[in-house]
Amino acid sequence: MPEIERRLPHQEKETINMNQTAIQTDHLSRAFGAIRAVDEISMEIPHGIIFGFLGPNGAGKTTTIRLLLGLLEPDSGSAEVLGCDTRSQADEIRARSGALLEHSGLYERMSAEDNLDFYGRVWHMPAGERQARIRELLSGVGLWKRRGETVANWSRGMKQKLAMARVLLHRPELVFLDEPTAGLDPVAAAALREDLLSLVQKQGVTVFLTTHNLSEAEKLCQQVAVIRQGRLVVIGSPDELRLRSGGQRLEVIGRGFSEALILALRQRPEVTDVVHNDRHLDIRLRGEPDTSPLVQLLVAGGVQIDEIRKGKASLEEVFLTLMEEEKDV
Amino acid sequence: MFSDIMTIIRKEWKEMLLRRGNYRSSLLNMAIILGMLGVFFPLQFGPDWLAPQSMVIIWCWVPVFLALSMVTDAFAGERERHTLETLLASRLSDRAILFGKIGAAIAYAWGISIVGMLVAAVTINIAYPAEGIRFYPLPFFAAVLAISLLVAGLFSSLGVLVSLRAETARQAYQRLGVVMILVFLLPSIGLQFLPQEFLTRVLSGLPDLNIQVLLLAVIAVLLLANIGLILAAIARFQRARLILD
Repeated sequence: MPEIERRLPHQEKETINMNQTAIQTDHLSRAFGAIRAVDEISMEIPHGIIFGFLGPNGAGKTTTIRLLLGLLEPDSGSAEVLGCDTRSQADEIRARSGALLEHSGLYERMSAEDNLDFYGRVWHMPAGERQARIRELLSGVGLWKRRGETVANWSRGMKQKLAMARVLLHRPELVFLDEPTAGLDPVAAAALREDLLSLVQKQGVTVFLTTHNLSEAEKLCQQVAVIRQGRLVVIGSPDELRLRSGGQRLEVIGRGFSEALILALRQRPEVTDVVHNDRHLDIRLRGEPDTSPLVQLLVAGGVQIDEIRKGKASLEEVFLTLMEEEKDV
Repeated sequence: MFSDIMTIIRKEWKEMLLRRGNYRSSLLNMAIILGMLGVFFPLQFGPDWLAPQSMVIIWCWVPVFLALSMVTDAFAGERERHTLETLLASRLSDRAILFGKIGAAIAYAWGISIVGMLVAAVTINIAYPAEGIRFYPLPFFAAVLAISLLVAGLFSSLGVLVSLRAETARQAYQRLGVVMILVFLLPSIGLQFLPQEFLTRVLSGLPDLNIQVLLLAVIAVLLLANIGLILAAIARFQRARLILD
């Protein structure tokens, strides 16, 4: 059973069991008028992972975060965060969590150091510890030398780094991040992703991440959930989602794909579907079968093969498939 | 909760002082206000500036404007700059945030008023030397201190209620301007329509009125109004409502 040690401000050293549940919801629901923003969501998120919460705009991601932070009360159902009920123990949840919401929430008239100093005081960090932690975090993101500058003049990437430093200032056990890399350049986004991975691996923090960037979710998340119109569509590891969406695939680029050959491929037991588009053939497979018989079939059928790629469906493809399925429903 | 309130007050003052880009500009602005109220006007009016009538008229008004400019920025401005939700997601209680913001506005408005009153007294003593030290009549000074504090509190709480319904700090300030007109202008207009005989009778009775009792009555009314508005602000300033605004 993996365990890590964490020391929180003013608290005894405590041991966190990685197998504990960080977030648990039971038919959590919240409506705004006729719109059911969050509709009967039930999920369980273990400690010490990055959990990706994916969904199109207006799916209910931000409302879910607000419910989990106790900023909104659910209409029905319940949620426990870090073992605390969101209705009756919201203060405790907020005290032990950090949140980077839709906006960075930085006081732009103030300097970077003043921003962190304010939130350090909010979390009752003693002066010495506060100063040391501010230095540690700002040095970590390369902003220590610019700590006295007014935040308003900074780039979005720098502001986002500072906002992340603010979130981590009081060493939270759980961090809510609402699209943290939105609007960042690729270098800044990659650096932030590295920081997140390090945060989970070294400090055992649980991260609840909403993002539109599916490749980002694929790289970072041990578990993902897809939400649409307030309803939970699917939850599981990225691999589980890929399997749900058809497992492996074989992409063939070449010439001479006849209708008879495509029909023959479709009749093979290991093939679930074949999509032909000009010089591109996409063969979707059941599980992870041996693909050499399929290649032999193509060659025997007279196909001139330029390139063959074998791989799994990306999370983006899984997501789009799920969205299509839901639309049909 | 006290340390949380002090944390918010400290933050609000810092933001207020940086409203013009840097501390120097804001301190200069404060110095101009104090220069006008503590030096320029006292020199123009002379020793009458320390008379009870001037005291009541000037120092019960000044905190209103100072409190309103700060409280609109603290509430509507915080939401306009998208920092409110992050603050609400912190461990601070609703009341600590509310009282911190109101406290910052009251302390600023009242503090400037007190400093202004003291600077004015010094100015009068330097510009118009007399045998003894000239100062405000002490009972009036104490009453005006209390009234200016309560007026600052009253308009700060009123500012909270209006600011929470405004999208921007500017809109909140404009709406409060309209409220001010209604509160202060309508009674004056209303007086025009009162029968002349009634007004004459009231005015002839004024010299017999015990001014200390009148001041105590004003303080009591302001105190009650403060309590009412603060309770309304507490009821309104709740996370679940603020998030949905």
